[in-house]
Amino acid sequence: MLIIGSNTTEQHPVFGTMIRQAVMHRGVKLVVADPRKIDITEFATLHLQLRPGTDIPLVNGLMNIILEKGWEDRDFILNRTEGFDEVRQTLEHYTPEHVAQLTGIPLEKLYEAAEILATNKPMAVMWAMGITQHIVGVNNVMDLANLQMMLGNLGVPGGGVNPLRGQNNVQGACDMGGLPNVYSGYQNVTLDASREKFEAAWGAQLSQTVGMTVTEMIPGIEEDKIHALYVLGEDPIVSDPNSSHIRKCMEECDLVILQEIFPSETSPYADILLPGASFAEKSGTFTNTERRVQMVHQAISPPGEARPDWWIIAEIARRVLAQGARQVQPAPYSGWEYENTSQIMDEVAALTPSYAGVSHARLERDPAGLHWPVKDAEHPGTPILHVGQFTRGKGHFMPVEHVPPAELPDEAYPMLLNTGRVLYHWHGGEMTRRSAGLLEIYSHAKIEINPEDARMLGLNGKRRVRVSSRRGSIEAHAWITDRVPTGMIFSNFHFPESSANELTIAALDPVAKIPEYKICAVRVEALD
Amino acid sequence: MITLKIDGKTVEVPENTTVLRAAEAAGITIPTLCDHPDLTPYGGCRLCVVEVKGYRLPMASCALPVSQDMEVITENPALAEARRGILELLLSDYYDQGYEDGLGGSNELLHWAEHYHIDLEQAMAKQPRYRVDSDPNPFVWVDMNKCILCTRCIRACADVQGRFVWSLAARGAHTQVVAGAGTTMLDARCESCGACVAYCPTGALNNKMSLHLGAADRKVTTTCTYCGVGCQLELNVKDDKVIRVTSNSDAAVNGMRLCVKGRYGYDFIHHPDRLTQPQVRKYLLDGTPRPPGRGEWVTVDWDTALDLTAAKLSACRDIYGSNSLGILCSAKCLNEENYLFNKFARQVIGTNNIDHCARL
Amino acid sequence: MMEVKVINKRALVLVSDDSESRRLGSQELLQALRTEIDRCGLANEVDLNTIVDVGAKNLLPLVIIYPEAVVYGPVHPADAGRIVKEHLSQGRVIEEMIVPKHQLTGRIAWLAARSGALPAAQRIVLERAGRIDPESIEDYIIYDGYQALTKALTQMTPAQVIEELTISGLQGRGGAGFPTGKKWEIVASTSGSKKYVICNADESEPGTYKDRVILESDPHSIVEAMALAAYAIGADEGFIYIRGEYQLAQQRFQKAIEQAQALGLLGEHILGTDFSFHLHIHSGAGAYVCGEETALIESIEGKRGEPRSRPPYPTTHGLWGCPTLVNNVETLANVPPILRRSGEWYKKFGTPSSPGTKVYTIFGNVNLTGVFEVPMGITLREAISIYAKGMKNGAAFKLAQTGGSSGSLIPASLQDTPLDFAATRKAGVSLGSGALLIADENTCVVDLVKVLLNFFRFESCGKCTPCRIGTQRSYEILTRITQGQAELDALDELLKLADQMVRLSNCGLGQTAAVPIRDMLKHFRTEVEAHIQLGVCPTGVCPMRVEAPAAEEMQPLASA
Repeated sequence: MLIIGSNTTEQHPVFGTMIRQAVMHRGVKLVVADPRKIDITEFATLHLQLRPGTDIPLVNGLMNIILEKGWEDRDFILNRTEGFDEVRQTLEHYTPEHVAQLTGIPLEKLYEAAEILATNKPMAVMWAMGITQHIVGVNNVMDLANLQMMLGNLGVPGGGVNPLRGQNNVQGACDMGGLPNVYSGYQNVTLDASREKFEAAWGAQLSQTVGMTVTEMIPGIEEDKIHALYVLGEDPIVSDPNSSHIRKCMEECDLVILQEIFPSETSPYADILLPGASFAEKSGTFTNTERRVQMVHQAISPPGEARPDWWIIAEIARRVLAQGARQVQPAPYSGWEYENTSQIMDEVAALTPSYAGVSHARLERDPAGLHWPVKDAEHPGTPILHVGQFTRGKGHFMPVEHVPPAELPDEAYPMLLNTGRVLYHWHGGEMTRRSAGLLEIYSHAKIEINPEDARMLGLNGKRRVRVSSRRGSIEAHAWITDRVPTGMIFSNFHFPESSANELTIAALDPVAKIPEYKICAVRVEALD
Repeated sequence: MITLKIDGKTVEVPENTTVLRAAEAAGITIPTLCDHPDLTPYGGCRLCVVEVKGYRLPMASCALPVSQDMEVITENPALAEARRGILELLLSDYYDQGYEDGLGGSNELLHWAEHYHIDLEQAMAKQPRYRVDSDPNPFVWVDMNKCILCTRCIRACADVQGRFVWSLAARGAHTQVVAGAGTTMLDARCESCGACVAYCPTGALNNKMSLHLGAADRKVTTTCTYCGVGCQLELNVKDDKVIRVTSNSDAAVNGMRLCVKGRYGYDFIHHPDRLTQPQVRKYLLDGTPRPPGRGEWVTVDWDTALDLTAAKLSACRDIYGSNSLGILCSAKCLNEENYLFNKFARQVIGTNNIDHCARL
Repeated sequence: MMEVKVINKRALVLVSDDSESRRLGSQELLQALRTEIDRCGLANEVDLNTIVDVGAKNLLPLVIIYPEAVVYGPVHPADAGRIVKEHLSQGRVIEEMIVPKHQLTGRIAWLAARSGALPAAQRIVLERAGRIDPESIEDYIIYDGYQALTKALTQMTPAQVIEELTISGLQGRGGAGFPTGKKWEIVASTSGSKKYVICNADESEPGTYKDRVILESDPHSIVEAMALAAYAIGADEGFIYIRGEYQLAQQRFQKAIEQAQALGLLGEHILGTDFSFHLHIHSGAGAYVCGEETALIESIEGKRGEPRSRPPYPTTHGLWGCPTLVNNVETLANVPPILRRSGEWYKKFGTPSSPGTKVYTIFGNVNLTGVFEVPMGITLREAISIYAKGMKNGAAFKLAQTGGSSGSLIPASLQDTPLDFAATRKAGVSLGSGALLIADENTCVVDLVKVLLNFFRFESCGKCTPCRIGTQRSYEILTRITQGQAELDALDELLKLADQMVRLSNCGLGQTAAVPIRDMLKHFRTEVEAHIQLGVCPTGVCPMRVEAPAAEEMQPLASA
């Protein structure tokens, strides 16, 4: 198994425990590629401590060695894929020696890793934001897919390309059309057939152009493109890159509606604040990182006047439709009269092929949930994709070249900042900073600094540091540890007063528009 | 497959099944304490002894593999007497200070003691051996006076969590469960996942946050709100409040596993900071221009808030066009809610400007 | 051909060289003697050797010179010149340095009582003890060492090796008396590509030190035996688990391994055959329970020494889950002689049901304590009167406790029971590991059993309820009896606890912890009842009142 760019035991702790068990009890050989000595490296057969932003050279180099040794799965490549020759050509530049130089990983470790990964079948690749939060995030993912196709590890139990989704329902939010380019079930908004289908279902004319991503919308305020923001359960000031710029944009926005369970860093910029319900106070479904749709059950009533978000948005939708210029015709699903979320799921199922067989009644009968695609009410769900055939037909190899990160350390900002999360907190910390016990164990942001760097910086027993980038500056406690290599520091964004996102750069992946959270250049100073 | 007879019933089970599991398969309950189906068999407490033809002495069924044509008796007066003896010995080292443990009678030791009609008052230790609440961990309550050395915590930490916080120290009558080499749990690299608590049969390890809150009225199974793993957990509810989170072996994704946030990070639900009333800026009600910093908040009823929201949104849409609005839905909210936001953006507003934090 | 020393000389000089002697300078003394012998040109006439386990602490280091069987001690290195010149060169005994016979006790007295040569009659296990240099493989070889291995590897199949052992009737000497040939056969017939041989040298029964004597005086016999066992069962790796305190035994065994490796008697392709065997030493860390074979296996695996649940047994699921043969040191020491000669030869010793010899450690209220190798089947009375030279101060024999703490109490009425596996089993006593604690009439049985239970409550591994708590509760009741604080129903309670420990414990430790309690109430009930009903300890040993509380109450380790 290869874990690359995932601090699994802290970010997905329960998967982390399962990986530990797999290593301990089933003898699974684990390779971890990460610039930091994260906890799971203790269980790894091999830890590849690569330089941040050199994932593509690493993966290309591994593939180069695999071809050199003849470990590739020729049958799979021949029968199930296309485009292999172009990739082979690209790989020629990525000789092990060159890759060792780019990544900082010793040559023999590259060979050892290639052997472990190629000769233990099936082999699964698991990653998270360490792969995607780069300007080359999409290419990183493509390259890992190349690796798995080359080894024939797709469409088999125990293999595959396995991104670990961050938020509890980030998979579901994407599945449900919470994206600027697709309706629910990834039906493309630019495709006439899908648009016409939804126009017919909802009784309204729909936009044909792809919308803006979150990383475009907020800067779009400054450019006068966006005048109103309706934000549900999200804290852009804390979670988006380059916080000071976000603040400035939000300040300028004409109308900000915030639907939340807590006042957040964003609420000072809101005009209307609507109290939503927490997960314990409503029923419906979440879809986990395995595409498993599971029930959420209401346990208690919302506090005070707080209401479930589906109730609030339906109320607003009815009221907006009752006034103003936009007309909606009667259609099967044009209305907003919902008594419960079960009815909403029935509408989702009717309009979304991959959720066609999902209903609350079915999930209540089978609490193990359903993996989409679930084609109809009898279909058992699909735990493994691409069995026998790729969804698109043949797996397509995409040659991928190394591109250095957008901002690397220089004289003025000589250190590299890597960001992420810790076990005891979650995202912007809105929930976990309100948990007394979690706060007792982890009460303030800590910047991980290598002992060698600490000495160079003259920390000399001082506990606090100031970290500055071209975009901002924070102060926080230092944690002197060899978890981080020299020249690199690590910070989290759970604490608004010392959030790493004051420092991060809004350089985006050109396709996915994901910011390069994982790398930017900073300067570190000791404080008294 | 192996065929054997348990209490006269013929049972067929796969090889390497223990006699205890085979009995369970046949619908026969054998009392246990140190056993748990998720954990490596231990054979320590000896409560589960059975008589097996061909063996001179009673055998611990939890650690005994079945063999072909084995004949097992799970209960008779001699075995009941043996169990009573074991329970009396365990109780003689069990001291209850008398505080509310919130377990609502789910203490397995006391359950079996009552089952075998043991006079608890007489059998229990009269003196504590350890300090109650001996570990500073904010989530895990440690009262080793109730420890029966079943080692379920040790095995849970090793077999389930892979963390190896707990271990046995010393020998003989002085044997005790310690964290690390006799340090605090956190210093022994505990991740506070609470697996040890979940598997403890006596409340020697307990949930500190729930200790004095009593027993739950009901348990509601739901999906965790933190990461994308999608663990199933049980919200224990009393008086419309979540007082505890428990895990359940039946959960498809996670079984008994939970992490520190899932099991203990629930107190945000009842945090006083929770928004409980719709609020709007005063200038919106007054119809005056927006002041710097947007001015003060006014608490309003839902109709006012919703009407105002709808009016402002439709005005913005009608003045600047549909694409001047941006909708951010949420990876924390339900599928159904995200679907409605998608529908709202596209049908009601007429824009594809909808996104959420997947990228962040 | 290697050069070997031939012991065919006119004098044999033995220098005590156990741990205690070394501490007092025996190594320096040896060096000085060697130098003097060389200087006087006597190297071809005098054999200088070492001896362990001589008992007599106040005389160490001591020197015994045969054939006169003269004992000098304690001897300083500076005395070496005089001993060599006067005694060895001129044949004049140095009267003023002689230890008078009446001062000799223990094994040294026994050694000094035999003039002419070292006593060797009916010695199988201790055949070479004291006669060869334990650190010399050449000595071992010249005394028939490695002949059995050579014979087995070149002339016998593994099955024939096991067959020979089965014929010999050898039974395990660790206490249980399981037929050794049968055990080997079970492991040999269990399928598995990897198997292990383990020698249990964690000798931890209080008072027992026979295995130490074997390991310190003849380590190669165990190396050879383990290689034979490995060949017979199809193992290629072995461990010897030596008690941590046995530093000298560990050093000598390590040296023996190295010497055997250097001669191709261990390692790959032994004696040019396809058989390979690698041997490792694992040092114990002071837990009594690790003498239990599954706890010992756990300990080698790096875990806490706790006995496993059985079945499955180590013969099928042992070290790291592989089929494993575990034998005691003394059992293994019998193997090379049997294979060198024959199973039929071995059966000439001992009794028909328990052939061979048994090595006992005799201690307690007798005149002569130490390690004795005697034929199986002698009676307790014989052991005391012949080997131990009678009861000390002419006191009456009251009871013997066999097998260290895990043996039984043998009252005087049973002292004519032959000490072999079958007869003792029939008499309801256990032979144990070969310790004989002889107690006279001044011993209080309650006090003795209390001491034993105190040992068990500390040494129980703590895994199973009956043993962990049962030993503690028993100890508490016994303490109350010795303090005059118990009622008669305490005895019922004791019996109930004993019954629970026997029936419900996970391993032999808990089961045997109950044996002294049961034996006490079976053979000495009147004496126990006297404590309770009359408030008197008949021997005057017990305080019969509550004394200041013992300071060793629970010492919690952690923040608890």
